[in-house]
Amino acid sequence: MIPGAFEYHRPASVDEAIALLSRHGDEGRVIAGGHSLVPMMKLRLAEPGHLIDLQGLDSLRGIQQAGRCIEIGAMTTQQEVAASELLAEVCPILREAALLIADPQVRYCGTLGGNVANGDPGNDMPAVMQCLDASFVLRGPKGEREVPARNFYEAAYFTARAEDELLTAVSLPIPPAGHGYAYEKLKRKVGDYATAAAAVVLIMNGGTCESASIALTNVGQTPLFAEAAGQTLVGTKVDEAAVAMAVEAAKGIAEPVADMRGPEEYRTHVTGVMVRRAVERALARAQA
Amino acid sequence: MTDATEMTLEEREATLGGIGCARKRKEDIRFIQGKGNYVDDIELPGQVFGDFVRSPYAHARVKSIDTAAAKAVPGVLAVLTAEDLKPLNLHWMPTLAGDTQAVLADQKVHFQNQEVAFVIGEDRYAVSDGIQAVEVDYEDLPVLVDPKQALAEDAPVLREDVEDKDNVGQGVRKHPNHIFAWEAGDRDETDKAFAGAAVTVKEEIFYQRVHPCPLEPCGCVASMDPVRGELTLYGTFQAPHVVRTVVSLIAGLPEHKIRVIAPDIGGGFGNKVGAYPGYVCATVGTIVLGRPVKWVEGRIDNLSTTAFARDYHMTGELAADSNGRIAAIRVHVLADHGAFNAHAQPSKWPAGLFSIVTGSYDIPSAHIAVDGVYTNKAPGGVAYRCSFRVTEASYLIERMIDVLAQKVGLDKAEVRLRNFVTPEQFPYTSCLDWEYDSGDYHTALNKVLEAVDYQGLLAEQAEKRKRGELMGIGLATFTEIVGAGPSRNCDILGIGMFDSCEIRIHPTGSAIARLGTKSQGQGHETTYAQILATELGIPSDDITVEEGDTDTAPYGLGTYGSRSTPVAGAAAAQAARKIKAKAQKIAAHMLEVGEKDLEWEVDRFKVKGLPEKTATMKEIAFAAYQNLPEGLEPGLEAVNYYDPPNFTYPFGAYLCVVDVDRLTGEVKVRRFYALDDCGTRINPMVIEGQVHGGLTEAFAIAMGQELTFDETGNIQGASFMDYFLPTAVETPVWETDFTVTPSPHHPIGAKGVGESPNVGGVSAFSNAVVDAFAHLGVSHMPMPHTPWRVWKQCQALGIGE
Ligand SMILES: Cc1cc2nc3c(=O)[nH]c(=O)nc-3n(C[C@H](O)[C@H](O)[C@H](O)COP(=O)(O)OP(=O)(O)OC[C@H]3O[C@@H](n4cnc5c(N)ncnc54)[C@H](O)[C@@H]3O)c2cc1C
Repeated sequence: MIPGAFEYHRPASVDEAIALLSRHGDEGRVIAGGHSLVPMMKLRLAEPGHLIDLQGLDSLRGIQQAGRCIEIGAMTTQQEVAASELLAEVCPILREAALLIADPQVRYCGTLGGNVANGDPGNDMPAVMQCLDASFVLRGPKGEREVPARNFYEAAYFTARAEDELLTAVSLPIPPAGHGYAYEKLKRKVGDYATAAAAVVLIMNGGTCESASIALTNVGQTPLFAEAAGQTLVGTKVDEAAVAMAVEAAKGIAEPVADMRGPEEYRTHVTGVMVRRAVERALARAQA
Repeated sequence: MTDATEMTLEEREATLGGIGCARKRKEDIRFIQGKGNYVDDIELPGQVFGDFVRSPYAHARVKSIDTAAAKAVPGVLAVLTAEDLKPLNLHWMPTLAGDTQAVLADQKVHFQNQEVAFVIGEDRYAVSDGIQAVEVDYEDLPVLVDPKQALAEDAPVLREDVEDKDNVGQGVRKHPNHIFAWEAGDRDETDKAFAGAAVTVKEEIFYQRVHPCPLEPCGCVASMDPVRGELTLYGTFQAPHVVRTVVSLIAGLPEHKIRVIAPDIGGGFGNKVGAYPGYVCATVGTIVLGRPVKWVEGRIDNLSTTAFARDYHMTGELAADSNGRIAAIRVHVLADHGAFNAHAQPSKWPAGLFSIVTGSYDIPSAHIAVDGVYTNKAPGGVAYRCSFRVTEASYLIERMIDVLAQKVGLDKAEVRLRNFVTPEQFPYTSCLDWEYDSGDYHTALNKVLEAVDYQGLLAEQAEKRKRGELMGIGLATFTEIVGAGPSRNCDILGIGMFDSCEIRIHPTGSAIARLGTKSQGQGHETTYAQILATELGIPSDDITVEEGDTDTAPYGLGTYGSRSTPVAGAAAAQAARKIKAKAQKIAAHMLEVGEKDLEWEVDRFKVKGLPEKTATMKEIAFAAYQNLPEGLEPGLEAVNYYDPPNFTYPFGAYLCVVDVDRLTGEVKVRRFYALDDCGTRINPMVIEGQVHGGLTEAFAIAMGQELTFDETGNIQGASFMDYFLPTAVETPVWETDFTVTPSPHHPIGAKGVGESPNVGGVSAFSNAVVDAFAHLGVSHMPMPHTPWRVWKQCQALGIGE
């Protein structure tokens, strides 16, 4: 449980960080809160030659509203996400999900950027971001671009981020007031990654579902945006029949692997249970 | 002499902080300030570090080991392999069970993560780099992870080194992968009882492989003084004196040149009883390099290589009449001991005290048979917070009695009440020959049933069942057997399992006591001081209790199996009584009366009929160093080696209520009521702490802990990502209660308690979970009751969707 040797860098600006990333290629690795990277280094599953610490970059911290959008700096901690009154008011699913990540100690160090950039299917925020249709702001030597969360994840630990790019912020459209939301996570204990989890945002209008967005955590190589499952709810009263169809659609895309949390069959089954519970809770919260 | 203080009798008693008071723990002053001193806190001048190259394979031939690149890593000082240890004859070591275990893999590896080479370097970083640079060439071999398959006729032979031996220390072998067969009871009589029984039940009950998982893993610092030829070995040892003797025997060093020191220990639970390759390699390392060598294992090392617990494949059977009165019990166990037979039991007991399997019940006949088997898994088989194999035995009988209740259609409390040994039967000799010292099982269970409104719970359950909801009520009415033990039937390496206490009273009336046991968090510094306070009339605050240094403490067999209070606690009382006898002589001299004219009162001797003529223990202490009667030697010291006449038999009645979510399989413990009877209660707060801890570990075992293996022998779940250590969030709320039935043979009537809650707790949880499904015809469900397993049961019953 001892990491290999590495060079430590602490850039003072985003440009400097990007320059270091470009210089060191696949030998370079940024470290944010370190709560995913350090465990992997201790197991020597990751052996970066150059560690580029982002803790000095204050410009990457903070939560701002810009019109109908919220921008959250990559270095904002999970604790800050959970504590933000602004987020609790305009996008409360973020608090609900953040409080289901690990434990307070981890959340005080772990960052939102690290959680979404990491690419581990067990991370909770990626599915939430897909559910909210957020985009990730990436900056590299060639400039800045935005990649939708729904297109960002390619395989476990593989994302659309290029090696020399830094994730600087997460940008998300504020869901309409009165939307219903829920993040349901089944886990074995505090600090555990999900056996299965589902993020749901529902917009109801006159008792009918106007839009529904569902995404799943830890039941595939990547977070899964369950587009079809959401679609089955649109135009319905979100009644039992519609929910059952959404559950089946979500289970249909789940491809969990068997692990100590349970065999595939169980994890697929509880994916359905989490979707059902999240939809039911979101519906109860939505203003018709 | 006149009384200097004006204190009342009650005030004087309270000042002592003796037996029965819930005083705060003396050791916590340093622990809560972070001032404990654990093995990894030890830093000796010139100290270096060592760690292992471990095998990725569970079964493979080691074709070659190339250490050249590792030796070239900056900071690496030495790399040891079996070849290097061979000239010292230390490449294998004897186990406590009469087998041998490879210190470093000799030609073959037998389990994943087995120790293959030991790299020593200036610091942990150099050592880690060195470990990565060692090149080992393996040829993989067929792997056996199932003990049943290990006994198949054409199974590959695991232990080629003992292939030709018909005995590896614990009895006759019937197969190259078989370790021992052990039997107890009367087979014919038992068969007869079964043949004539109105009702019989049978169940396959597997108690999964778990790990004690102390928060602090195992480790040591070995330091050889080449000038004096003295070895000091600091380590996480539950039994420091045994370690000294073992080191002397295997390293060939004279025992007086070895000093073993167990500093503060962060939990043991049986994991720190045995000897591990790390201790041997660090010792060889310091002898070779002349510098202190530290080895401290990591979490994954701890969970995957140092001693596991349980792994018992049991088949239980009960025969009874139609009223649920049990006539006989029959048990067969296939015991998976892993690659080396290194379990820690008294030498004569290859299945520990498993024959306590008749539990709290008056069962006329029994037959049990245990077969030990080698597999490609880590060695061990220690008692994880229970006396030797007692939790397995207790789990079996507590599960089976529920199975019987279900079969005869009786309530599970009723069937227990009908079968309990009755208070008049004590001392009670079980059909498997254990003499239970004292007990009152009916009172204990009835008290619990009343406290929780058992009838109300049953009514609620019946209502819930009508609505399709799953609610379970679990009972466990266990008897433990602790305090190993009488030397006529207990020894380790031929040394009787006595324990010891040495007391010195200082002239000003304070004292130091040293004992042969070793606290790992149980609070010995407090509870032993309380026993001595009451016995000697000296405040417990004025008594230092010391353990763990073999140069100063009297020889003892250490702490495990809840033996500290039953054995060393008794030694403490007996040593104190020797001191008191001498004190009486001095007091008589001081007060110018005959010894017989004196009587004891709390903290002093009084002259009968002249209450103002007294000598306090404090005054006597001073006199012991200057004012002695003719012919009496100065000083006030005593030592006692206590060989207990019998074990003690603590017991309890636990009740657990659970609700099951049939869609996710999650089990929620709604209520847990634990009544313990450990005889005389020394410190109620410490007892409550022990019960809370034991119940929490029982909860962990029943609900989540398991070490499993895939078919190629890869260990699964051996890190905190998976291995279930409940936090305060998952842990249920515990309600505790007690009755007091003193042990008649223990000097202060005390029994052990640290392990009772684990023994009884596991059964109570498991019985509650199964009970949630009992009305659907389910009689047993495999542990641990993780959500997915429970859901599988729901699914099988068609209620999981
Ligand atoms: C005990 C424990 C329990 C946990 N439980 C959960 C849980 O339940 N749910 C959950 O979601 N997570 C969990 N985590 C993970 C935790 O949330 C991590 O904090 C998070 O996954 C990574 O964030 P970090 O800031 O710590 O990133 P780091 O560990 O520093 O980095 C993670 C990865 O992202 C990369 N990275 C980080 N920031 C950037 C950036 N700005 N641009 C580009 N790349 C970047 C790093 O190079 C690295 O590859 C747990 C962690 C622990 C230790």
